Amino acid sequence: MTTTAFKEPVRQETPGAAAREPHRRTGRLRRVSLPYLLLLPALLLELLVHLVPMAIGIVMSFKELTQFYIRDWSTAPWSGLGNYKVSVDFDAPVGNALLHSFFVTVAFTLLSVGLCWLIGTAAAIFMQDTFRGRGLLRALFLVPYALPVYAAVVTWVFMFQHDNGLVNHVLHDQLHLTGKPSFWLIGDNSFYALLTVSVWKGWPFAFLIVMAGLQNIPKELYEAAALDGAGMWQQIRRITLPSLRPVNQVLILVLFLWTFNDFNTPYVLFGKSAPEAADLISVHIYQASFVTWNFGTGSAMSVLLLLFLLVVTGLYLLFTSRGRRASADV
Amino acid sequence: MAPPRSFLWSRRIFLTLLTGFVLIPVYVMVSSSLKPLADVTGKFRWLPSGLTIRPYIDIWSTVPLATYFMNSLIVAGAATISSVVIAVFAAYAVSRYDFRGKRVFTVTVLSTQMFPGILFLLPLFLIYVNLGNATGIALFGSRGGLILTYLTFSLPFSIWMLIGYFDSVPRDLDEAALVDGCGPLGALLRIVVPAAIPGIVAVAVYAFMTAWGEVLFASVMTNDTTRTLAVGLQGYSTLNDVYWNQIMAASLVVSVPVVAGFLLLQRYLVAGLTAGAVK
Repeated sequence: MTTTAFKEPVRQETPGAAAREPHRRTGRLRRVSLPYLLLLPALLLELLVHLVPMAIGIVMSFKELTQFYIRDWSTAPWSGLGNYKVSVDFDAPVGNALLHSFFVTVAFTLLSVGLCWLIGTAAAIFMQDTFRGRGLLRALFLVPYALPVYAAVVTWVFMFQHDNGLVNHVLHDQLHLTGKPSFWLIGDNSFYALLTVSVWKGWPFAFLIVMAGLQNIPKELYEAAALDGAGMWQQIRRITLPSLRPVNQVLILVLFLWTFNDFNTPYVLFGKSAPEAADLISVHIYQASFVTWNFGTGSAMSVLLLLFLLVVTGLYLLFTSRGRRASADV
Repeated sequence: MAPPRSFLWSRRIFLTLLTGFVLIPVYVMVSSSLKPLADVTGKFRWLPSGLTIRPYIDIWSTVPLATYFMNSLIVAGAATISSVVIAVFAAYAVSRYDFRGKRVFTVTVLSTQMFPGILFLLPLFLIYVNLGNATGIALFGSRGGLILTYLTFSLPFSIWMLIGYFDSVPRDLDEAALVDGCGPLGALLRIVVPAAIPGIVAVAVYAFMTAWGEVLFASVMTNDTTRTLAVGLQGYSTLNDVYWNQIMAASLVVSVPVVAGFLLLQRYLVAGLTAGAVK
């Protein structure tokens, strides 16, 4: 998604429209309106399902929207910044819970993205050359990514069961690592349960992207390095990893946004209200809105979340494109 | 040059551990789906005490799985087809034409990808409900409403990937077609689309998987008759019993179509990602 932001200026520099212009003088109106016609369906849908709801969401966040006003939300009384004040009043229960959920989400996202990237990159690099069984292994590795979320996560729910789950059976009965069987889906352990599932499901995407990125590294680079006496590990450190930088910039941003916004995994793992230790922000907002029926506060929290994501993404893009320009200057 | 021993050993250890990590849940899913109920309610066992295909028979009657399956198929299929068609047109416009507002369009569409789904859920819920009350168009609880929602989830990613893919089809090709008397749509359908088939397949796979696996909107915006698999699978746990063997059997049944399709088409997906995402 974000590559376009980088790509755009480049495309305008290339001889595009100017070179094509002389071809067809007839139907100028049609030619001018054609791109808009082609875009129309996409535009209308984006408007209906993304932009209009977003505008409504922002309006809703300034209203006192409880279940009594669901039938006609426009009649709900205005509350000004009331919902926002409640959301960011960190001494009161609502704000405090939101702040806690935010920190949990940040910690979870950083760990999950880091591990997904690490495992995905290592697997892609290790599987760069051919060896026996590589094709089979590659297909197997993509299975967690291909499985529907609810089917995969429900299997993990079964494995994390207190009495009849595999995890406790292995840790307690077979390896005797724990004194008594632990709870994984409630209490503090739930954070690690969620992290495990998220990494299991997410790393193949990093693997796919890095594999695709590896194909673009010219073979000559490795040959030249080998001639200069660089070993395998050195080649990975000096050629592979630096060449992957542009790929990684996009990959990490996408992984970050997907993990940060993930609702499906915690929802299937824990249900409508997650344990405190694994209370991701998406589920938190869902609970605030649909379980306690406070749509106004839920909307205000959504807008705050959106602002945070905009700032982080903006800073990230600024930082990485600067980094890119700096490395191009060298 | 042969890789050094340290590299080979690291590779062996790493890939073995990773294979275990990836496959254990898959093994649990497959083996538990063939166990009698007593095996899955008591202590976990690696090997079933007796193999049975009973769960595979019972899943269809414990919950109306066939109906949910059909709903998911209709919703995901319709969302996929419409999102691919719409994305092809939009990506063609962006890739081949310069027009006012192009940058605004791409940035807006693509940035909707970064927003959490929960942000749209509340307002969309209200829009669908109010629209239904005002006009009688039942979007809330209907398959149509869900299709509409899902297709816009995959649309930004699809457009983004297809722009990259169309850019890699040489412009000379469709310009030659235009000179030969093809209209712009003819050039798109006869030249650009056939040349970009791997990218289009990748986009279709992605769109289908997104719709097939979505839980949030499915759980809020469906009713008894339009429920999809994402919500329907919850029906296997009752107050008294959790039919884990049936849950695993049903999970396997709903996974097979997407996993098989994905593994068959993964070559295209990698090719599509290379052109669309990595450039």
